[in-house]
Amino acid sequence: RDFNERCAQCSEVNWGLTDGGRFYCRSCHNVTERTREVVNTDFITNSRVQTISKGLKKQGKNDGGCEWYICEGFQLVLKKQVEALEALGVCPQMKDEILCNFWRCYLQKSKQAYCKRPAGETVKALSVCESSTDVDSDPERPSLLHLLSLSESEGDLQTDCSFASSVSKASESTSVYSGSVDGSLYLMKNQKEKLRMTMPMTLSFCYLALLWVREPITLSELLRFVVEGHIPYMNVFQHFPEKMKLCGLDHKIFCVESWPLYEEVFNKMHELAAFLDLPRFPDITESCFLHPDMLCMKYLMEANLPDELHNWTCRVVKKIGIGEVDFLTLMPGNKSTRKVKYDVLAAAVIVVVLKLLFLLDDHYEWLLSEFAEERNKNNTEVCMFYSGGPYFEFKKWYEVVKHSLDVEQKKLDEEKAKYLWRCEKPLFYSVKNKSKVLKRRQMVVNLQNQFGKLSGSVQRAEKPNPSSFQLSWSEENTDGSCFHGHSLKGVLQEKCGLLTTMNPDYWLCTVKLCNEKLCGHLAHYREVEFPQSYHFVLGLFSFLLRIQPSYIHDEVCMIEHRLFNKKLCKKLKYNTVLRK
Amino acid sequence: SSNEYKLNFKKSKEACLSYIQDALLQKQWKRAAEFLTCYVESLEKDYSREHIGPSEMIWRIGTEILWHHSQSRMKEFNCFMEQMKTLGVKRYLKVCLEHVFHLLCNGQIDEAYQNLSLAESWRFGEQTAIQDKEIKLIQAYRGLLDYCSWSKQKKILLEHGEDGFADLAVEQEMHGYFRKAAVNLKEIIKIPGVWDVFVKCYVDLLEFYGEHNEARQVLNEYAYNSKFPANPNAHVYLYQFLKRQGESKKSLISALKILHDVVPSHELMIDFNTMLQKSKKRKKRQLGLEVIFAALDYAGWKENAKAWSCLARQVKQIVISEKHLDWIKQEWNSRKDWWPDFHFSRYLAKRNWQENKSLSYEKALVAGILLGKDCKYFKYVSHQGCKARVKRFRMLKKFVTRHNPVYLRISG
Repeated sequence: RDFNERCAQCSEVNWGLTDGGRFYCRSCHNVTERTREVVNTDFITNSRVQTISKGLKKQGKNDGGCEWYICEGFQLVLKKQVEALEALGVCPQMKDEILCNFWRCYLQKSKQAYCKRPAGETVKALSVCESSTDVDSDPERPSLLHLLSLSESEGDLQTDCSFASSVSKASESTSVYSGSVDGSLYLMKNQKEKLRMTMPMTLSFCYLALLWVREPITLSELLRFVVEGHIPYMNVFQHFPEKMKLCGLDHKIFCVESWPLYEEVFNKMHELAAFLDLPRFPDITESCFLHPDMLCMKYLMEANLPDELHNWTCRVVKKIGIGEVDFLTLMPGNKSTRKVKYDVLAAAVIVVVLKLLFLLDDHYEWLLSEFAEERNKNNTEVCMFYSGGPYFEFKKWYEVVKHSLDVEQKKLDEEKAKYLWRCEKPLFYSVKNKSKVLKRRQMVVNLQNQFGKLSGSVQRAEKPNPSSFQLSWSEENTDGSCFHGHSLKGVLQEKCGLLTTMNPDYWLCTVKLCNEKLCGHLAHYREVEFPQSYHFVLGLFSFLLRIQPSYIHDEVCMIEHRLFNKKLCKKLKYNTVLRK
Repeated sequence: SSNEYKLNFKKSKEACLSYIQDALLQKQWKRAAEFLTCYVESLEKDYSREHIGPSEMIWRIGTEILWHHSQSRMKEFNCFMEQMKTLGVKRYLKVCLEHVFHLLCNGQIDEAYQNLSLAESWRFGEQTAIQDKEIKLIQAYRGLLDYCSWSKQKKILLEHGEDGFADLAVEQEMHGYFRKAAVNLKEIIKIPGVWDVFVKCYVDLLEFYGEHNEARQVLNEYAYNSKFPANPNAHVYLYQFLKRQGESKKSLISALKILHDVVPSHELMIDFNTMLQKSKKRKKRQLGLEVIFAALDYAGWKENAKAWSCLARQVKQIVISEKHLDWIKQEWNSRKDWWPDFHFSRYLAKRNWQENKSLSYEKALVAGILLGKDCKYFKYVSHQGCKARVKRFRMLKKFVTRHNPVYLRISG
């Protein structure tokens, strides 16, 4: 498929693979000497083993399982994820061309495939131990408990201990560390240089590919789709083929019991991009969805703010240069450029604009609102029609949005409490506790049925269709709950032919930025130190992006410092209000 | 660190539990069931370090929901309990016991008995020894049910006896139940604890079969052994027993004295006062006055005509004899600041007169003595009484007027 040469005999380009891994022409059955160097994304038993590890001679276990490697598992996971993305409307090239290649590149660089010897070590047969003497006498063999602790995934200490002890107790009979061939090896090696694959990293891969193709989906959206179940993540392993038996340490690798954080996926993504030695990504230009101007428009709509604010976000973006192609485009490995969180950045821009126009000091915005209210009362409908909508009243907006936000937040909180983390495919560490696990599972299912019936009419509804907007406001509503068309006239004034804000002041979130590399943040957000209105606005975008308000706060600080750079250099006192 | 915000299994289930808790407190059984359905998968995780694990949570919460939910049936309830019994060996007997309680509440005595017998015969290695207390309890309750059966047989026997029929089979059965019950009940009351129902039943059995000494011993142990938690009922039972046995006033009084110390508002205080009033000993009579005043300190006694009549009688007697007015003074000293508002307000005068003339009579007498004829209560009631031409009120008025100076000496 990837082999595009013309056949020597018939000049067709129609290749297939022999069992020996050689290319042959389907038209004329000419067999070439070229062996296949790339593995396609489908799972193939045994041939894989031949290409990678020559030393391993053991056949598959008696229970019909086969030998499989951890990276094959992750390959399957990625395949499922990208198929889901395709179903959501992402272009098919992402799967076949982009993600595929990224993955192969990763395998090669981490020396798990496509190279002569896997990391210079033979895969020790830690998977099945037939005799007890091997287990105990080998002094180099790390203890199981140690391996378990190396895994990044959480789990219970208790389960780990009980598993470890059950394994050591059963050293007389077969003890199984993992279903995969290299499960324990995977956890054991110091993988820092080699960027060990984890479940959260699968999302990093996905996002990297999405970014390359510049799909109109932000990282926060991707993560939200994951949580909502549109993209497989939590229990993907249940879709592994029957032959791939998971047990023991495999669970530590593939079963996660927490939702990944934005930061986590984001940082890994950048690490990955550098590790893979990727070139500069395709440009993020003004017409791109991820450009702040575009994202601001989307978020303004979603936050039910007047469209007129868009002029202001564009102005801010332009002034501080965050709309530049070089700023926005990802250059892997370049440590000097700031890593851009497109969604958080856009949200922060809106917050800054709101601060510019309304000050948000828990006082001025309400004053402006009263003023607007007065104007609105006095104006007739005709007047409003000509002046482009009613005056935007902060108070009304706050009430409407807060109400909706509270409702949605409450729903979300209940959803979080009702997550079902387990799936039909039970996890068991060893054959020994399999029956116990299955019994428990049966009891859980019974109880779920029994109490499910008593839950009344509320049965777990179908997953809602994935949507890009969580809050929506319709202009057709006559109750005035949509503010898109409202006018900012009440807060603007003309000065020297330019439209500027009536608000002359601005307060900085912080006078001095922290060193991000030292403490991980640009600033530290403590709710009590800031005005309620500011907190509310942060909370709104925090909900929309499903991240902590402190991240948006960081970006806001960054933007403010760029915006007021000159004035700051004049060394103002801490927390004074600036005159623009 | 950012990991604090990570939503993981544990946090999700904690949140789930708090939703369940809210729903239970508001008696929203459907909602509680909804969240419990999501919680049950906690069983698949190991919580051995937690104080209360998910299996216990599910047992307790599930029991509440199934017991109260309108659509839940006993059959489902029993099925659920059986499942819960398999969930934790350490809790097996407790679950059995609670299941038995629910069956009893539902009137299923036979099923309850079966479950108790089954639980009693349970053996599980060292757990059996560890859960020794639960076994004793189970045996005790089985003994209790045996007692109930004994009671039933006794009733049948007595009825037949009246008719002249002597039913040997019934009698045999009855004795059989007695033996079974006695063995278990005797065991449990040896262990320090609050065993009111067991003690009562056991004593009943002993009395029937004439084992009065043993009964007395049991009751004394129960009331006076310091290892047992302080329990007013123990003294009540002892008193009632002694009374049935026709014991001397002296022993009756000593039994009730402790009760007065522990629960001055106990309903037996009327009996106590009555006994004490009649005593020849001065100290006892004074105690009687103390007792009745103390009882009337409690709101629950405000409208108790009998209590007031006791007080009135004693006060009257003291006033007439002109001896021991200092007793009244002593009792009144700590009460004169608040009893007038508490008992003798004008509002109460009106109400008492309307609702209960005898009560108002007795109270008026006391008020008149303690507060003088010009106090609100006495004035109103005696006026009303005289207006209604009720003889005793006229007598009352005369009496109080005659002894009016007394109140000065009392309140002095």
